[in-house]
Formats: sequence, structure tokens, C-alpha cells
Amino acid sequence: MSGLTAVSRPTAAFDVRRIRRDFPILQESVHGKPLVYLDNAATAQKPQSVIDTMVRSLAEENANIHRGVHALSERATRSFEDARAKVKRFINAADVREIVFVRGTTEAINLVAQTFGRTRLTAGDEVLISALEHHSNIVPWQLLAEQVGFRLRVIPMTDSGELRLDLYQGLLTPRTKLVSVVHVSNSLGTINPVEELVSVAHERGIPVLLDGAQAVPHLKVDVQALDCDFYAFSGHKMFGPTGIGVLYGKRTLLESLPPYQGGGDMISSVTFEKSEYNVVPYKFEAGTPNITGAVGLGAAIDYLEGLDWPAVQEYEHELLAYGTERLSALTGVRILGTAASKASVLSFVMEHVHPHDIGTILDQEGVAIRTGHHCTQPVMERLGVPATARASLAFYNTRDEIDTLVAALGKVQEIFT
Amino acid sequence: MSDLRDLYQEVILDHNKRPRNFRAIAPPNQKAEGYNPLCGDRITVYLRLNGDVIEDVAFEGSGCAISKASASLMTDALKGRTIGEADSLFNEFHHMVTAPADAPVETGRLDKLAVFAGVREYPVRVKCASLAWHTLRAALEAKHDVVSTE
Repeated sequence: MSGLTAVSRPTAAFDVRRIRRDFPILQESVHGKPLVYLDNAATAQKPQSVIDTMVRSLAEENANIHRGVHALSERATRSFEDARAKVKRFINAADVREIVFVRGTTEAINLVAQTFGRTRLTAGDEVLISALEHHSNIVPWQLLAEQVGFRLRVIPMTDSGELRLDLYQGLLTPRTKLVSVVHVSNSLGTINPVEELVSVAHERGIPVLLDGAQAVPHLKVDVQALDCDFYAFSGHKMFGPTGIGVLYGKRTLLESLPPYQGGGDMISSVTFEKSEYNVVPYKFEAGTPNITGAVGLGAAIDYLEGLDWPAVQEYEHELLAYGTERLSALTGVRILGTAASKASVLSFVMEHVHPHDIGTILDQEGVAIRTGHHCTQPVMERLGVPATARASLAFYNTRDEIDTLVAALGKVQEIFT
Repeated sequence: MSDLRDLYQEVILDHNKRPRNFRAIAPPNQKAEGYNPLCGDRITVYLRLNGDVIEDVAFEGSGCAISKASASLMTDALKGRTIGEADSLFNEFHHMVTAPADAPVETGRLDKLAVFAGVREYPVRVKCASLAWHTLRAALEAKHDVVSTE
């Protein structure tokens, strides 16, 4: 493990060929064609080091954690808690106790809704989200609103997919108890100006949750610099396994919240009359956690920290610019989401062709993209389309792959004209 | 490897571009709405029945080429048929699009609808091809529902 954050290192040429060798799945063929994996916003592929670490965890140190006195349990516990420490360093949290392991971003947001939301919100209160939210940052609040009766309000967006900051302040009222917004949009790629959103909310004493699922694979996230109160993300979108994710919360805030689920590990003592709850983060981690997943996430962090990050970002930026240029040049193709600040997403529609048909034809060419509403139906409605085709990039994608995508889109046009 | 032309046959592309019976029926005896959340396809099927006979059937909505062409060809095939005949066509159609890819294509009385045989090679697209038919069945079943709000 390098431990390098690489922030101050000079930008070296990014060797994508070498990087691709780290991801065994990129050697796969689909329908007899080399796989061109452009569905990274759905889930990212895993480097060999993550796969190996998870296999080793199962093969060499599988035991339950925290309660065992035997050597294997101690080893497993250490690996699990090491992973937590890696997460803490990765997002620059102030304290390892601020890192709660959950199943993913969705569970992280549900956790906040069911602990913070359930105890802090009353009828007439407001939670402010944005027009760019994934369903996972809409539905948990609606479920809670059914119980509590608070109001969900929405920061609108422009046609290009940028939040209407001019309307933001006006939407923060004395009844606003939480701002919960996405850091990077999964369907359009917009990078929201979260520092500004946080500081304006904080001026009014309103805490902020950021959905960072699409941000952590592309940006250097520093929760202390952002000063957000909660930050949620998933392991599988940052080259780690599925079923493991993180809720970061400021320690004093987490400590003030009630438990999420009841069970083992989240208690310090139990009688039939009353239970004492464990300290944070364990208070929120009832039951045996996804140990292998956490260890795999730790390995993904090691992998990311071993990369020359400024070079990665420059490479991704150029790749997105190249993809944007190539797609824009195609007759009948329109890119949705043209924010000035964008990450790795090319969402588009094609005249007279439904995205689903595009997806099927591209698949026959080995090109994996996502088609549909991307769990952001309000975004689709706002843009007046039922669905889009979405190519989402990672640092292991290449210009050649963009060219393959464009050639495959040519086949789509061939069939449909 | 399957050939895309097996899926996107000329007849399908034609019905996608110029769907037949793409309109509402006012007033219909029955209608039903179908939705495929996977791709956002939405369809409304309208029926005008005369006793047991489908006098008119039409649809509106948006969707992929497969779902639109399937709805269009379905409406063409059903006009003048009895409900019983529509039911058996549904079953034959469903059997055809869900049969294993290597099984012989049994088109029976499907006639033009046989162009959807290629869908079996694309399991995720079966729902697209059958959305109109499921919606039709919902519309037909509503007919027998005494508490129908229609």
C-alpha cells in the first residue's frame, strides 16, 4: 500500500495500457467482440488486487469479528478495522469513528432518514433535495414523510443539467432541517458545487448530506474540506465489491443519533428490560457485517491511492472531452447534460431510435452501455425524454473504445434509416 | 451469434416508423395501461367490443422499436377476432418469444406476428415484445370485471 495521495506530484503521462492489465474482465469478449465496458456509473470493474484480497480474506482468515478470542477472529477483526481506517484516510475524515459501514449509498441515506430524519423532523418541516437526485435520495425521504408529514422540496435545474443556485437560498427556510444533494449526477454527470451548497446551508445552521456514489470514483473527496455533515458512497462504484458502502457522519452528530437497526454488535449490554447501545460507529452496525466486502473496499482504496491521481483526472477529463466531441458530431445524436463542470458521463438520445434499441445493437458490438431512466425519473421528465442511452467512463477506458462506440452508433443508424 | 437483422426485421422497422392503429378509440369499451419500468415504455390499449368480437383495437404510447412494432402488428392481427381467438394468439405469441433460442420456431396461426421470433435470442427484450399483449389482456380482463370503473 503506497499511502500516497499524489496531490503534489507532477502529472506524468497516464499509461492506460498498464492500468487495463490490472482489470482481468477487460480481456473478456462479448458476442465475439472485445468487451468495451462503458457502464461504469452502474458499477465499476474490479482490479485483480481487490479480487485477490477478497479471496485471501475468505481462504485465510474467515471468522466473525469483534467477539472472537481466537487468532483467526483477531486477524479478521484487524483486517475489517484496517479497512475502516483506509476509508477514513481516503475521504480525510477527522476520526475513524465517523466511518459507518453499510451495504451501499442507498442504505447510507436510509440510515440517515431513519435516525436523523425520524428524530429531528416533524410535520411542517422541510428536507431540500435537488432535481438531479437518484431515486435513492428521493424515496427514503418520501417513505419517512409518509410517517412524519414533512415536506420534500427540490432545487430545480437548468436545461443543461446544472442546479439553479439562484433559487437555492430562497428554498432554505426556517423549516429546512436538512439539505440532501447529489455530489455528481449519475444520469448527466453534473458535478454540483457542493462546497457552496454546504456553506450557504451552514450559514443557516442546516446540516447537509452529500450522495457521493458517483463522486468517489472520479474526484478526490475531502469531507473536512467540504465540511458536509454526512457523506454517502458505495464500494462497487469505486472498483470495490458490491454490498459494502460507507456513511460518513461528523462524530458529534452521529453520537447524537439513535441506533438504526437492533441486533448484535450494536449494543454494549442487553437485559430483557433495557439495552445499552455501543459507541459509534458500532451503534449503527447491527449484525455480522460484510467483512469480505469491507476488506475488498480497503483493497480498492489501496489501488486508487497507488495511482497518480492528477494524471488520472486529466486523462478522464480528456476522454470525456473526446467522447463529447465524437458524439456531438453524429447526425441526430443529442447529448443530455452539458454542465460546465462534468464527470465521465455521456448521456444521449438519438433521433427516431429508442435508447433500448441502441443498447441492444451496441451490445452486439461488444459495447456495454446503460439505457433507461437511470433511476432518475424526475431528471428524464424535466428533460422531456422517457429514457437516455448512457455511456459512463472510467480511467481504464480508451479513445479506441470511444471510437468503437461511435462506429457501433453508426450501425444503429444504418439499421434505423 | 445472433444476427441483429433477425431482431430488427424490415416489417418491425416499418411498423416502428409508421405504427398502425396508433390512436385512441373514443369511447372505448375497455382500455388498459401498460408500463415497462426497465426502459420506460408506456402504452395504452383501447378496445371496442361487439359482444365477443373485437371490432376495433388501437394503441397510444411511447417505446422502443420492438414494443411499438409489436403493438402495431398486434392491433392489425386482432381486428375482427373473438376474445377467445385473441387469447390463443396471445399464448402462441408468448410461447414463440420465450422458447429456447435453439428450439424450432412454431409460428402456428401467428402469420405476420412471426417476425418477432428473433426476440427469443434477446431475453431482455421479451418484455418489450410482450408489453402490448399483456396490456391487451388487462384490457380484456377488465371487461369481465363487474366493478370496472371504465
